[in-house]
Amino acid sequence: MSLLTRADATRIATLARLELTEPELDLFARQLTSILEYADRLQAVDTTGVPPYAGGLGAGALRDDQPASSLAREDALGNAPGADVTAGTFVVPKVIG
Amino acid sequence: MATLSAAALRQAILNKERTAAEVCEGALAQIEALDRDPQGPALHAFQSVLADRARARAAALDRQRTPAGPLHGVPIALKDNILVRGSVTTAGSRMLEDFVSPYDATVVQKLEEAGAVIVGKTTCDEFAMGSSTENSAFGPARNPADPSRTPGGSSGGSAVAVAAGMTPLALGSDTGGSIRQPAALTGVVGVKPTYGRVSRYGLIAFASSLDQIGPFATTVADAALALEVIAGGDTHDATSAQTPVPRYTAALTGSVRGTRIGVPSALLEDGVDAEVKAAFVAATARMASLGATIVDVDLPHSRHAIPVYYLIATAEASSNLARYDGVRYGLRVSAPTLASMYERTRARGFGAEVKRRIMLGTYALSAGYYDAYYLKAQQVRTLIRRDFDAAFGAVDTILMPTSPVPAFKFGERVDDPLQMYLADVFTVSANLAGIPGISVPCGRTAAGLPVGMQFLGKPWDEATILRCADAYERSGTVTTGAGGSVYSTS
Repeated sequence: MSLLTRADATRIATLARLELTEPELDLFARQLTSILEYADRLQAVDTTGVPPYAGGLGAGALRDDQPASSLAREDALGNAPGADVTAGTFVVPKVIG
Repeated sequence: MATLSAAALRQAILNKERTAAEVCEGALAQIEALDRDPQGPALHAFQSVLADRARARAAALDRQRTPAGPLHGVPIALKDNILVRGSVTTAGSRMLEDFVSPYDATVVQKLEEAGAVIVGKTTCDEFAMGSSTENSAFGPARNPADPSRTPGGSSGGSAVAVAAGMTPLALGSDTGGSIRQPAALTGVVGVKPTYGRVSRYGLIAFASSLDQIGPFATTVADAALALEVIAGGDTHDATSAQTPVPRYTAALTGSVRGTRIGVPSALLEDGVDAEVKAAFVAATARMASLGATIVDVDLPHSRHAIPVYYLIATAEASSNLARYDGVRYGLRVSAPTLASMYERTRARGFGAEVKRRIMLGTYALSAGYYDAYYLKAQQVRTLIRRDFDAAFGAVDTILMPTSPVPAFKFGERVDDPLQMYLADVFTVSANLAGIPGISVPCGRTAAGLPVGMQFLGKPWDEATILRCADAYERSGTVTTGAGGSVYSTS
């Protein structure tokens, strides 16, 4: 079931917002196929009634929400490409025409 | 000439035998000789050296009347995915080549409160994805035991810094073995704490349910000391545990009499290098001779750990790395539309392995495949954890090799992702189950390559595995590191 076609790879790249070259698409289709074929051995494991485990050991505790200072705006914008620090905004290409 | 431990260095400073500034200069000189000098071995453990910052810190410590804490004046290296305010943190990626950390990671704050001197940031696989440092966008680190071989990864640079005697301590992060495996391949001690033991605040995220920060050291006692400093709950990381941190250094009694050690012998039947296996068998016998009871344990679902790990870790990575879109930080490739800016930025900023993992993770989470891959992997993850729970009903710790093979050559595995992933066969289970592990040197191959073994522990029970590893270390001569002698006593 896990044979990954070039069309699949193209679709996934779009979902992942990755502009891939034709050779990259072919390479990843082939490599992901081999990895997924290996992963297919999981299908043989009986997991009937087994709950999924997302990690964690129940250590994280809820706490009271207390106001505290956070990153200053200029620090938050300090790494942003093309940010308008005076206006205090991130800047991106025009979205609405 | 003898390499000094972190504990001994601190003592020498407190005794006024040396100043923190002298120790800092010693570290910087060693880095210059072993890492930077093109005429030297050029190990490339360091992605960046924070010489000015380190000197200022050391000088400030020397002016203090009272010692700062248990790491007063001790030089330390940090994997370059841990944020140090005001310095560049690349995570081994072009995406973050110019990223200036806007705040300190919690571990940085704790280290500096304890008096540690951060001397630099170490080479790692891009976004911690890899087992050799060959996926760093800025060139790999070399294994001091044999510079034609990788030091393992992803925290390979941190392992090399300690193994070559450039710093007595380093921190790395372990998502599927990224501390323990390079520790084993370079001949040093590496600890992956229980998930939630150490705050992840300020660690650049790879797979959030698996990532954990931990120390590298030349001795188990130093690793215990460092872990004691960095462990503890943190309001900035909701998954960190508020449970009290034991005094790990006090747990090192030197005795394993009556300790029950489980060995999953069925897992070790295939695919383990003969010399690694021989070293492991001898080490197990030595633990028995020290008074431990060796018991066979069964971890039947750990055979499936590699596919479970690579589905879950890549799924989480595909989500975590969505933030690198050219808007808030990192690289931006200009384009006429927002969508094409995202796509081109990510195409240029990420290397091949990161793209491959984002693709795999996106596929595992995509409509129509979620149940078959991601959900199935999470269910088998439950079974892997239950196996450990059952085994720990009968034993105090589980012992197995850290890596099935010693250090491999550059280029040997990098072209075949699946082969590279299989190198993690013994390490990923601990991350999936959330349990702690420590890799400790247990010999060398005929060619002189280090071999490591790991003790895995019950959740929150780092004390037991540190005690076992320390008892083993004390019981005989195992050469650690590459014999580097940076902080000579003479």
